[in-house]
Amino acid sequence: MRNILYIIEKEFKHILRNRSILPAIFVAPMIQLIIMPLAADYEIKNINLAIVSGHYSSETQHLIQKITCSGFFKLVKETSSFEEGKELIEKDQADLVLQIPNDLEENLVKEKKGKVLIFVNAINGTKANIGATYLSSILKTYNLEFIQKEFGLTNPVDLRYSNWYNKFMNYPFFIVPGVLVTLVTMIGAYMCALNIVKEKELGTIEQINVTPIKKHEFILGKLIPFWIIGFFVFSVGFFFIGMGIYGIRPLGSILLLYLFLAVFLVAVLGLGLLISTYSQTQQQAMSVAFFFMMIFMLMSGLFTPIESMPNWAITMAKFNPVTYFIEVMRMVVLKGSGFADISGHLLKMLGFAIFFNSWAVWNYRKTV
Amino acid sequence: MQTVIHTENLCKAFGDFKAAYNISFEVYKGEIFGFLGANGAGKTTAMKMLCGLSIPSSGKATVAGFDVWTQTEEIKRNIGYMSQKFSLYEDLTVLENLKFFGGIYGMSRAEIKEKSQQLVHELGISQFANRLVKSIPLGWKQKLAFSVAIFHNPAIVFLDEPTGGVDPITRRQFWDLIYQAAARGITVFVTTHYMDEAEYCDRISMMVDGEIKALDTPENLKKQFGVETMDEVFYELARKAQRKGD
Amino acid sequence: MKQFFAFIKKEFLHVIRDSKTLLMLFGLPIVQIALFGFALSNEVKEVNLVVCNLSNETKATELIQKFDASGNFKVVQVIHDPNALDQWFKNGNIKMCLVIPAQFEKNAVRERKIDVQLIADSSDPNLATTLVNYGNQIVFDFQMKWFGQSTLPGINPEVHMMYNPSLKGTTNFVPGVISLIMMLICVLMTSVSIVKEKELGTMEVLLVSPFHPFFIIIAKAIPYFVLSLFNLSIIVFLSINLLDMPMEGSILLLFAESGLLILVCLSLGLLISNTTNSQQAAMLISLLGMLIPTLIFTGFLFPIENMPKPLQIISNIMPSKWYYIIVKDIMIKGLGIKYFWKETLILMGMAIFLLALSLKKFKIRL
Repeated sequence: MRNILYIIEKEFKHILRNRSILPAIFVAPMIQLIIMPLAADYEIKNINLAIVSGHYSSETQHLIQKITCSGFFKLVKETSSFEEGKELIEKDQADLVLQIPNDLEENLVKEKKGKVLIFVNAINGTKANIGATYLSSILKTYNLEFIQKEFGLTNPVDLRYSNWYNKFMNYPFFIVPGVLVTLVTMIGAYMCALNIVKEKELGTIEQINVTPIKKHEFILGKLIPFWIIGFFVFSVGFFFIGMGIYGIRPLGSILLLYLFLAVFLVAVLGLGLLISTYSQTQQQAMSVAFFFMMIFMLMSGLFTPIESMPNWAITMAKFNPVTYFIEVMRMVVLKGSGFADISGHLLKMLGFAIFFNSWAVWNYRKTV
Repeated sequence: MQTVIHTENLCKAFGDFKAAYNISFEVYKGEIFGFLGANGAGKTTAMKMLCGLSIPSSGKATVAGFDVWTQTEEIKRNIGYMSQKFSLYEDLTVLENLKFFGGIYGMSRAEIKEKSQQLVHELGISQFANRLVKSIPLGWKQKLAFSVAIFHNPAIVFLDEPTGGVDPITRRQFWDLIYQAAARGITVFVTTHYMDEAEYCDRISMMVDGEIKALDTPENLKKQFGVETMDEVFYELARKAQRKGD
Repeated sequence: MKQFFAFIKKEFLHVIRDSKTLLMLFGLPIVQIALFGFALSNEVKEVNLVVCNLSNETKATELIQKFDASGNFKVVQVIHDPNALDQWFKNGNIKMCLVIPAQFEKNAVRERKIDVQLIADSSDPNLATTLVNYGNQIVFDFQMKWFGQSTLPGINPEVHMMYNPSLKGTTNFVPGVISLIMMLICVLMTSVSIVKEKELGTMEVLLVSPFHPFFIIIAKAIPYFVLSLFNLSIIVFLSINLLDMPMEGSILLLFAESGLLILVCLSLGLLISNTTNSQQAAMLISLLGMLIPTLIFTGFLFPIENMPKPLQIISNIMPSKWYYIIVKDIMIKGLGIKYFWKETLILMGMAIFLLALSLKKFKIRL
């Protein structure tokens, strides 16, 4: 036990003395945590819209006004030439082109029906989809008014909907906890993997190997400092940035989050350890770690919902520890889920922790 | 004389390759034992087995009375080790290195403190005591690495080419430290390529192609081969080697 | 010249001998293409839905079936106690709930209007918005059929998706993946491999060789240049053949522009390696300073025009942002250089600036 304390002390000296790495561990993640949610806001405003219409009637004017008043669209151009509209899309100046045929009003009066055309620049699939959906739903409200006016009906659909857990649909509330998890993961796994490989590369590990330090003592001595750093980074990110800057008020127990974090960090550090046991150089450890981090991040449901994945990918996501922590963060912070709700997740995380660490210890051979 | 290292037909094979073959010798307490051989002759392999870093393929050996097959942990507690890379932590200070290595060998904080002060005083390096290791001169680093290796008062210290890259004066000073350690009863097991250093040893073994081909005092070896210097002894033996160095 | 090739050969051997790193470098683009191409999407399908049915009339059952058959939702359970809902959400298993009130059918017939409630888990606001929209549509259609309106009066939009009719993410991310991989190989790997020689002390040996140090650095960069081009070919090949990514423009132009990006990235890698002394530092600077900003600011994950103004301005210094525009123009729209000469010039400017800066730093170091 005393040996471990000496190793921990040494590790902290290594870390705190390294002027170029220290800011990378503490400052850079915080900057990212601040910037990422701002950058990642999918809520799409300012969709550039061009309208092609040759014939201005009161009905079309009314429609155009409804669209521009919605706040989602920025009218970049009104033109009578379809060619010009198409060119605007080509030059990326317009995301959507709404073409209103000349006979729209006539058809509405005669047949109570009309047609408009929407051309979408669909290279950015998400944006295109959302833009077209917005425009369609504006048309829908227009239609409802039209039906009421023409047929004298009262509003035919009474669909109420409510948004639970994030009433104001605040995107950072959703994304900040997730980003924080990925940052803690990266720092933990990376630093841990590199640290051990560095001793291999410089040859100091040989010196350690002839001392009476036991396998588990050495490994624990390496893990604990990063475990503490993980807690520190998480706390700063959570309290200062999450709660302080973005005003997130966790509904559930923070203690529960820390309990999960404790287990999660053991799992992630175990992964780092595992990578280090298979690498001879820092460059190797780095590229292997990056490879897995990238997959973990993309498959974690951070940006795209896991539900949208095909079955094989959903199965893959189940073997990704990051997925579980992101889920737990969102459940506890936004929904106030309790211990019973996340106990399944916790159990799985324990499994990951045991699995990674025993594999790593098994593979870490003290005898060369 | 008390035997501290005893080996009998010790072998280490990697597949078909016999890195060390039928090694048998004894080293006595307080002795400076030179372990010579060309590159690739199997010195490092043999030394790793004695340090408990690698398990032999066959044969017997005890180090400080402990068996290399079953008691590697006990061996580690009773030996010191200094590699050619003199593995101190460059971003720790001299005192911090002493504290760390003393600590992991189970010395108490008070003991570490007292012995560190004493050591710094003896070596006359008080000006370096609180400097990072990477900033002190190479010669001092090596002396320091040696002091770290014997800081916990081991029965045996293994030195793997400890004096690479330093000037003859520094090397001489380094050997003074070795003599001091030996005088305190610490057995010194040293590999080297410098034949003047070989002359400083009490006894020498020569490894060729994984086997020990000669073992005696420098004087007797020179007589045996009918030559004037250790250099010539080395050439006589190494010439017959089949393996190429690395 | 012969010496120069000897150097390059040595560097190639370094790269090729490290099979683990090499495997990762080639594996990464393939895995990324597979993930982006087949696994990741914002498309909503079969989202878990719980129905809280307080009505038990036939029309209610019909509506539930409509939801289940829509493809957007999967009804996992029909419950009758609204108080249990919170627990369903808290377990994290469902994203939306449809509440059908008591006497739903009777009231609908009497008042000629449907009264149901949708509750969305809006911890993910975008998903919630989309789900409510889908639900809305289903209820709307259901009611129109019920009350005998086959076609809707009013304006019907006809939507044309240009360039990417199936709304696949492919077109968007392939250019993004290319820039990301370039950053990884050129900036990260180059800077780390140079700093490694510094750290291990072998750099000094190279610097005292009769060769101009600048060429030594160039020799270190060349294998990564070749590796990047090779990787680029893999990505382009896979995305065209496997993901049906269009290739409307000139492949030659694409490779020329990519070469330009690689040059910018290599210069950056050199700059980083000339200003740091440890591999860990070089790695962290490349990773946090370049790779992650590339992920954020290129525009392939998050649309840049949605970002706050200061971030939009920051995004301009990312080489990948300009490259991304160019690749989209070439591959998808089939446009020629006259449409993106500005972007090309910006990349060139960046390359010259960074190269000059790293050369200057390099001289100081000697």
